[in-house]
Amino acid sequence: MHNYTIAKLIKGLQNKEFSSVELTQHFLDRISQLNDDYNAVITVTSEQALSAAALADQRLANGDAPAMCGVPILHKDIFCTNGVRTSCGSKMLDNFVPPYDATVVENFARDGAVMLGKTNMDEFAMGSSNETSFYGPVKNPWATDSVPGGSSGGSAAAIAARLAPGATATDTGGSIRQPAALCGISGLKPTYGRVSRWGMIAFASSLDQAGPMARTAEDCAIMLNCMASFDEKDSTSVNQSVPDYTASLGNSIKGLKIGIPKEYFSEGLDPGTEIAVRKALADLEAQGAQLVKISLPNSHLSVPAYYVIAPAEASANLSRFDGVKYGYRCENPKDLQDMYCRSRTEGFGEEVQRRILIGTYCLSAGYYDAYYGKAQQVRQLIQQDFSDAFKSVDLIMGPTCPSPAFKFGAKGDDPVAMYLEDIYTIATNLAGLPGMSVPCGMVEEKPVGLQIIGNYFDEARMLNVAHQFQQITNWHNQAPEAVQ
Amino acid sequence: MTIERKEIEKLATLSRLAIDEKTIADVTGRLSSVLALVDQLQSANTESLQEISRPFHTSQRLRDDQVDETDQRDAFQAIAPQTHNGLFTVPKMIE
Repeated sequence: MHNYTIAKLIKGLQNKEFSSVELTQHFLDRISQLNDDYNAVITVTSEQALSAAALADQRLANGDAPAMCGVPILHKDIFCTNGVRTSCGSKMLDNFVPPYDATVVENFARDGAVMLGKTNMDEFAMGSSNETSFYGPVKNPWATDSVPGGSSGGSAAAIAARLAPGATATDTGGSIRQPAALCGISGLKPTYGRVSRWGMIAFASSLDQAGPMARTAEDCAIMLNCMASFDEKDSTSVNQSVPDYTASLGNSIKGLKIGIPKEYFSEGLDPGTEIAVRKALADLEAQGAQLVKISLPNSHLSVPAYYVIAPAEASANLSRFDGVKYGYRCENPKDLQDMYCRSRTEGFGEEVQRRILIGTYCLSAGYYDAYYGKAQQVRQLIQQDFSDAFKSVDLIMGPTCPSPAFKFGAKGDDPVAMYLEDIYTIATNLAGLPGMSVPCGMVEEKPVGLQIIGNYFDEARMLNVAHQFQQITNWHNQAPEAVQ
Repeated sequence: MTIERKEIEKLATLSRLAIDEKTIADVTGRLSSVLALVDQLQSANTESLQEISRPFHTSQRLRDDQVDETDQRDAFQAIAPQTHNGLFTVPKMIE
């Protein structure tokens, strides 16, 4: 059952081939047997999962089952879960048990999905390798000496290891797409505002967006149907109707215009990755799509702009962690300032502290205009590049990452080398556009991802082309030998 | 651009973080390399461009000015590090 897609599991549950309790127990057993090898799941909610599964079986028997009734999933540990620890990968929130659910968690519960537990992640979603988690790094199921990507590395590795058929994730600069690529699964970052951020612990509020991770584009469509909603509680949630993302999966891609930005195939791209991505593009061309050369001339400014805007917003968002109302408080503080300072210094890891310092610098008197103001202007240049490109193409494609999964510690001493890991994904966050990664090849036995960027709210078209690609290729069905 | 040790100490104070003597040189070096990266922004011609703080042009939605939340003090105080008689408590700050 663990090799079934979500679409197949839904059919199996509806046809009574297996019950949700059997299915849930099967995945709980796999987590218990295999998770020590990968460290992808940091909280397992067995009792709660089996109760939810029993309830789902009743609803299936009564014939009033909602869309994902009885399907087990994992939630990234950035989403607040009522009564279940939500750590955000940090010592700061190691003891935090929220008294409420995030809207995304509520939506999945409404649609009958069963939560198996919570996945590991880079601390406060700040990282591209999952090495910054307080709970230790996640290992890539394809090569356990290598990173799974980040920050949603736990969700991606869990799906690759068949510990769950799908998981929630978030993407601030590539945190869904990059780990999806490195772990050989599919992942979608929707348009900013499509999925509610309420109850999702904030990193950089103008960039953060939640999305689905699963093995196939079809499964991402099923999950997005559930996740996407207008939410009064999130002031940036967009009040626009949610289409059925599965309805257009079967459409032909003949005549579709795909823009290929020259900047995404330049210096720094691993040659094996380039070959795999170009082969995928040729496969789509053979299906009738038209490849169009385009340019995104300000691409080189996206990483610098991101590393001003994201830390600036993070330094403001993370000021709430002060040891007063929830989270970590240091032992025996001598006064209030000592309590703030030691709680934060002992509670936050090195990368989080670095980003708070950078953000504080960029926002401080005398530097605001040169850094923050400038970065916000550059953001408009990047947005303009995309809007010019979408005048002549339907979608944009290229590699998700510059190379396959790297080894642990390979970029440890140099934060800038790690930041460049997201060079192809960051621009879409700055522009608020949707982006997706689907597996499209292997280099040295490690997966490679094809990135698909769409226009605002064009997720259905992205999922359609990804699904059509998965009808003619088999990369999404591959599994690491140890977990088959 | 490089960053001076004094500036790091000021930033740490503003951020309510402590940087110990052993790591301050290391932190200074790493922050300088990140600032060198973000300095690339200065080459961009942004004359006459507006600063945008949101990905696309939507107006910030406002809710009606009415109380719409229920009292959940007990639930939220149950997860607080220290409370007393329904209040969050912190170390004494006035002698």
